[in-house]
Amino acid sequence: MEIDPFIFRLSIFILSIFVGYYVVWSVTPSLHTPLMSVTNAISSVIIVGAIIAALASTNQKIFEISNVFGYLAIILAAINIFGGFLVTQRMLQMYKKKKK
Amino acid sequence: MSPNLSALLYLISGILFILALRGLSSPETSRQGNYFGIMGMIISIIVTFLTVGNFGTGFIYVLIFLIIGGSVGAFIAFRIPMTAMPELVAGFHSLVGLAAVFVAIAAFLKPDAFNLGFAGNIKLSSLVEMSLGAAIGAITFSGSIIAFLKLRGIMSGAPITFKGQHIINLVLGLTIIFLIYYLCVTQSSNIFWALVIMSFIVGVLLIIPIGGADMPVVISMLNSYSGWAAAGIGFTLENTALIITGALVGSSGAILSYIMCKGMNRSFFNVILGGWGATDQTSNKQDKEQKPVKSGNADDAAFLMKNASSVIIVPGYGMAVAQAQHALREMVDSLKKNGVKVSYAIHPVAGRMPGHMNVLLAEANVPYDEVFELEEINNDFANCDVAYVIGANDVTNPVAKSDPQSPIYGMPILDVEKVNQSYL
Repeated sequence: MEIDPFIFRLSIFILSIFVGYYVVWSVTPSLHTPLMSVTNAISSVIIVGAIIAALASTNQKIFEISNVFGYLAIILAAINIFGGFLVTQRMLQMYKKKKK
Repeated sequence: MSPNLSALLYLISGILFILALRGLSSPETSRQGNYFGIMGMIISIIVTFLTVGNFGTGFIYVLIFLIIGGSVGAFIAFRIPMTAMPELVAGFHSLVGLAAVFVAIAAFLKPDAFNLGFAGNIKLSSLVEMSLGAAIGAITFSGSIIAFLKLRGIMSGAPITFKGQHIINLVLGLTIIFLIYYLCVTQSSNIFWALVIMSFIVGVLLIIPIGGADMPVVISMLNSYSGWAAAGIGFTLENTALIITGALVGSSGAILSYIMCKGMNRSFFNVILGGWGATDQTSNKQDKEQKPVKSGNADDAAFLMKNASSVIIVPGYGMAVAQAQHALREMVDSLKKNGVKVSYAIHPVAGRMPGHMNVLLAEANVPYDEVFELEEINNDFANCDVAYVIGANDVTNPVAKSDPQSPIYGMPILDVEKVNQSYL
């Protein structure tokens, strides 16, 4: 019997939880705020789903209700991607070493 | 693009996201880590465009909306003051949550675009994943909005509690589970909408009883939720990058909330179930002075610190509110000229979100290798000459160790009382 592809995705999911667990524990506490803003930025990879929804077209209609939800989700996710990465960058620029 | 190739490329961007978090283990590698994250995001977006392969008029609209959202985001990122980071992050979480809800709705309305079957006959497993994603996303959205309003001060930070709150939450939670089950059986779109609305309400009810002081926990918890919502959608879309990211963000937020709770000696459930601030009993005992506190003026303090050989500064949120970190740094600079060894001690819950104080100090050009965490520096207090506590109260209060009646009893504190001279 073949293995359901769902099981593979579940394995990826569980393994990623473990990876996340160990990686996040190794993050130094002084960088916890950038950690939050960067996790926020990367979780906006949900824009992938938004793009699929926005571009799904039947009969060349591009403003069906599902497309509209896709467009809205793209705007929201794009705010997050740019905002999240840029604000992280801005914070990280401020961490400077002692001047010798 | 073939599905196998795009799946591999999504995997690569997932790995880049892992490296982005890994980079944060030290300030030196963190900037590089951020670039990895950006790269992963670019790969994901391009691969999606190529996989869908629809470059008609819709594509133009997608680009336009991408640019609109991007410029709004960039504008916010450059304008936001560092003290407002907690609100910003809460606001961003609400956007992720809402985006997850929208994607789930789109997938529900047009499942054939996502290879999930057809409207009214969606694959059972996809339906479960999508409704979970929508429910968690909706809770994240409304919860973050409340957190945002509380942090901004638009809404009172005081916990809002009413009778039977826990029971109502429990009933609503069970209703959500029941609705998901019912949705799987009937595939009815009305049930789907009911589920989304119900989850919005739960999000509000979950956060309003939590007081302002617990906001660091709430933000990290919502961070975690936004991750699980993304993972739920990732399962629906069968997208590796989304699943990996969701799991990363979910566990990261969970760990941060754990660290925050430990910093305040509160159990996680205690915070979530809320109502803590309202039932407080203030301790009646008069604190016995452990050491005579000199309320000296600034000149005294300056004199003392100049003659000391080592000074530890304990900044608190009060300093951040007063925007005193720049003045503080100038003072430290002049101390250093006199050969005084200065270091900073930061309590885990200083500021209003994890690591907030570090960012504020970094903004004032304080080198990060002079800043220490609670555990690293606590033993040094006994050896240092002067501790300078600025705008921090709870985190240095010895009552947390001695008085079981105090609300902060057992909270790990900075051992300032062991120092020869303390200045508040």
